[in-house]
Amino acid sequence: MRIKISNGLVIDPANNLEAKHDLYISEGRIAAINKQPDGFTLDQTIDASGCHVIPGIVDLRARLREPGLENKATIASETRAAATAGITTLCMPPDTNPVIDTTSVVELIHERAEQAGYAKVVTLAALTAGLKGEQLSEMALLKKFGNCVGISNALSPVTNNLVMRRAMEYAASCGLTIFLHAEDQGLAGNGCAHEGAISTRLGLPGIPESAETSAISRDLLLIEQTGVRAHFCHVSSARAVQMIARAQYDGLPITADVTAHHLHLTEMDIGYFDSNCHVRPPLRTQRDREALVGALATGNLNAICSDHEPHDADAKLAPFAETEAGISSLETLLPLALRLTEDLSLSDVINRLTAQPAKILGIDAGTLSVGEKADICIYNPQTHWIMNKENLVSAGHNTPFEGWEFKGKVVHTLLNGKVVYSS
Amino acid sequence: MKQHDIQIDKDGELRHFLTIEGLKKPMLTGILDHAENFSSVSNRQVKKVPLLRGKTIANLFFEASTRTRTTFELAAKRLSADVINININTSATTKGESLLDMLQNLESMQVDMFVVRHNSSGAAHFIAQHVAPHISVINAGDGSHAHPTQAMLDMFTIRRHKQEFTKLTVAIVGDIMHSRVARSQIHALNTLGVPEIRVIGPQTIIPKEAAHLGVHVYHDMHQGLQNVDVVIMLRLQRERMEGALLPSEHEYFHMYGLTEEKLKLAKADAIVMHPGPINRGVEIESSVADGPQSVILEQVTHGISVRMAVMSMALGRSSLTDGQERGQS
Repeated sequence: MRIKISNGLVIDPANNLEAKHDLYISEGRIAAINKQPDGFTLDQTIDASGCHVIPGIVDLRARLREPGLENKATIASETRAAATAGITTLCMPPDTNPVIDTTSVVELIHERAEQAGYAKVVTLAALTAGLKGEQLSEMALLKKFGNCVGISNALSPVTNNLVMRRAMEYAASCGLTIFLHAEDQGLAGNGCAHEGAISTRLGLPGIPESAETSAISRDLLLIEQTGVRAHFCHVSSARAVQMIARAQYDGLPITADVTAHHLHLTEMDIGYFDSNCHVRPPLRTQRDREALVGALATGNLNAICSDHEPHDADAKLAPFAETEAGISSLETLLPLALRLTEDLSLSDVINRLTAQPAKILGIDAGTLSVGEKADICIYNPQTHWIMNKENLVSAGHNTPFEGWEFKGKVVHTLLNGKVVYSS
Repeated sequence: MKQHDIQIDKDGELRHFLTIEGLKKPMLTGILDHAENFSSVSNRQVKKVPLLRGKTIANLFFEASTRTRTTFELAAKRLSADVINININTSATTKGESLLDMLQNLESMQVDMFVVRHNSSGAAHFIAQHVAPHISVINAGDGSHAHPTQAMLDMFTIRRHKQEFTKLTVAIVGDIMHSRVARSQIHALNTLGVPEIRVIGPQTIIPKEAAHLGVHVYHDMHQGLQNVDVVIMLRLQRERMEGALLPSEHEYFHMYGLTEEKLKLAKADAIVMHPGPINRGVEIESSVADGPQSVILEQVTHGISVRMAVMSMALGRSSLTDGQERGQS
């Protein structure tokens, strides 16, 4: 299949490219930019006039709920949603059921994703067996035979500092990046909202900023000691950003991401107990939100991710603290990111959705270089639309963005040079 | 997008009673005035008025309670409503039937009002958002969030003794962090124009952003009680000792227990209140609880009139002479 994507504004931050070009695709790969190769006969032309042509989005963290919670969503349903949102690679954390601590689970996930054919799915292996925080997982084998791109204990804490130290040492020996959810279990307690004005008013158990920062400080000390390459997931507070930026300045091999919702919402959005704003880590203050946007602009936060957590309706139909945390967020990732162009250049926004997360995962994706796999997102930046949760493709309709007006909508998504979505 | 005050209907009348926050001063004084009218009912030989005859009220208690449930029940019966009490063990509901399923079942039994107590903050709002449009919800305490009828009966008691809210200094002593009573009292006192509200306790049981609620924080009880007109003692729950919040009941009583000696720091005519049940010798000395400045038992009595007022207002039949049903014609 030979495809020409014509007249689009091609934005490829990895190659410093932002210009109107034609893109040629052949045998699933980018064959040429701007100049039609000799003897190239077209099977299909996609007119991208007025559209932006960017690398397929690489989402650092999305829960697809399979295996284990198929009542909420499946790999097929969520990768299909991803395709409609211009996302071509998804990284799954290991907290499936069973946990990703054996290669057979990884094989099952890859098989289901390939059957569905909408997006690539890569996985993080469990850091400790069963995510229990005690015994190291067979991470070398999971990397070698399961192609796991990193390791993580997902949202489960590793409270024992010695276990964390050993895990980091072992991961460093295997050349694996460790993905950290920074949350001190004791300080977070049974909290469900940021400890601040809103939790005080509503009488909700709070999660203090120190739950995040104290965990980060421990992790930074151990990273320094062990030399492991580490990535901090969903950073939520200004103080945490400051600590990470300082450590990066000091030369520690660390990166960090922020979710699209933490860049746009604060504790205030909880209003009167809106359970769609129940997320982990919690939405914090306006000051924190501004610091997150600022750090994304300076590059101290390297990537934006969805932290997609689709839920069945019942999971959110209860008093706030009793609801499950998370937002169904694949389909709002790009539109929320595009709202940041007052603070970041368009190219920087795209970079943090594509080339940067691919680099963090160490995978060949996120660019439009000639010879790369043709994973491409084409969106119309002028299309206005209003979020209606009933229109979400994801099986999870849990979103706090109902009624938000967005600008920018995906028109086509290509995976390995094949059109997997057209609006 | 967000529906703000679901407590108020389109005519500005009370539809649900979930929290004091957001209600305007005339609404609160209206509740107090109605309660004043109803308090005479309780002194009659026949302690009943036919205002809610034919209405069915369900007391849904997901958390144990004696006095609140009993006063709600008495209030409903004195208004001639039919009352059913449903005590639900929360652990049983989480296993099987969901909260919503249970509500829908009760709705299909033509209940007109739910009085709800639940251990989770926001439960009353959640229920109010999901009930059929003709049903009113009264919050009888949700988690650490709100207990608005308790706060109103406290305001009623204060008004009986002190008349002018705008000249008072009120101190609330104890576990503000976990207290739905304190949160509702603070909103009510602020709305009614009390110029100085103090909260007294160690930092572990005072919420971090307490000042946002419009109070002054004191960690030293001797300073905090200086010249106050009203002292409200909160119940100290035993489980607070376990979460490393307080060292012991012994130390708590020494530091924050109300004794005759400490009470002398307040104004000579200060009143002492407590939402009950009292832990004698933990937060309050018996001689103070039973002493001349204590109005603790009065609070219980007033609880009935205040709850009669709120229930009748929410069901649209607030005045003793009110024969018309509002909003259902």
